[in-house]
Amino acid sequence: MAALRSMSRLLMNRNLSTTIKRGYAEDMSFTFASGNQVFYDGQNVRQVDVPSFSGSFGILPKHVPTLAVLKPGVVSVYENEGNVKKIFVSSGTVTINDDSSVQILAEEAHPVENIDAAAARDLLSKAQSQFSSAANEQAKAEAEIAIEVSEALVKAAE
Amino acid sequence: MLGRFGPVVTFVAHNGPIQQHQRGMATLKSISIRLKSVKNIQKITQSMKMVSAAKYARAERDLKQVKPIGNGAKQFYEKAEIDAPTDVPQKLVIAITSDRGLCGAVHTSVVRHIRTELGKDDVNVKVVCVGDKSRAILSRTFGKNIILACNEVGRLPPTFTDASKLADAVLKSEYKFGAGEIVYNKFKSVVSYQTSTLPVYSLQSVAAAPKLSIYDSLDDEVIQSYLEFSLASLLFYSLKEGACSEQSSRMTAMDNASKNATEMIDKLTLAFNRTRQAVITRELIEIISGASAL
Repeated sequence: MAALRSMSRLLMNRNLSTTIKRGYAEDMSFTFASGNQVFYDGQNVRQVDVPSFSGSFGILPKHVPTLAVLKPGVVSVYENEGNVKKIFVSSGTVTINDDSSVQILAEEAHPVENIDAAAARDLLSKAQSQFSSAANEQAKAEAEIAIEVSEALVKAAE
Repeated sequence: MLGRFGPVVTFVAHNGPIQQHQRGMATLKSISIRLKSVKNIQKITQSMKMVSAAKYARAERDLKQVKPIGNGAKQFYEKAEIDAPTDVPQKLVIAITSDRGLCGAVHTSVVRHIRTELGKDDVNVKVVCVGDKSRAILSRTFGKNIILACNEVGRLPPTFTDASKLADAVLKSEYKFGAGEIVYNKFKSVVSYQTSTLPVYSLQSVAAAPKLSIYDSLDDEVIQSYLEFSLASLLFYSLKEGACSEQSSRMTAMDNASKNATEMIDKLTLAFNRTRQAVITRELIEIISGASAL
């Protein structure tokens, strides 16, 4: 009798855990961290739009698993409450796993409202002059990246 | 007469066997010199403890910020079930230590972990030493296995730029490895840390992973860039963990050193006072016996 009861409890437990797992897959465990700040850590959000080198794309729960490399630009996070948070990223990676967890790791990230448009334009002109005065290939490539980032910064600040 | 000096003489002889004739005076001086030096050492250890306490507080705050990066970068390796390739035996080990000592066994425990690894196979395992300490310890026995060493670690809190420079240097070293690991001290609490490892994989081993096919639209370039960035993030995370463990461990070590110094100071003060009294007693006896002889 006791054995039967423990068996039935075992079965019930298993049922419970499967339903939990299924419920979990509907959500999106979203982590967004950068070298200077953590924005989200395992939180549940509705949608995330990211700029990547293979094109910008939106992530909803149950997105197909993929990897992508971030391009300088603005990541938009649509929170469950309806707020939209826009965060500028310089570079980094996006990982979407098959359990619907999403990780965005950025080198540097800041909310768009913190960007100073004038300073961004300054940075762009500095990067352009750096590009024109670049002596070798490596300096040129570095300046090119600086231009790309500052162009995205100016665009985000507008 | 001499019989009465018995205990003092043995004590004195124990402290300073040199200068037999002026024993009492000489030991008094030598004890006071020692006392002074121990007091100075205590001052140093106490202030080092204060400094590392302040640094530790900052390192712990930083570490909290960085934890999601480390966990996030680890997730993909775990969820995609990547394994070390069997056909490429070359392994890379990155030792995360710093330049500075006096912090307990943080550096030695990292090195010990690597040494057991090298003991198993010292042909295919190459080491990258971050921080002078690991290089100094490993270069004696496994100098030929070190492919890269860097210093100036630990003076300032590590930044992401440091980590990316390091990742760049590792990738530029042109060492072809199948898999590897970062050996660092994972911070657990102020009094404890655990030497742990983080995985590092090459493009081939990721491409060979059986679960990779469920990931959509991947090409080698994306994976390569992804791996480079995730190496930098993992290094950044482990540098932060290492820095935090180091400071907490230094704090404990310096606290212990200060306590030991207090103990020594107590003992030396006692010995000093005893000797001083003995010297006074001897002088009195000399005067009295001189007077009574007259």
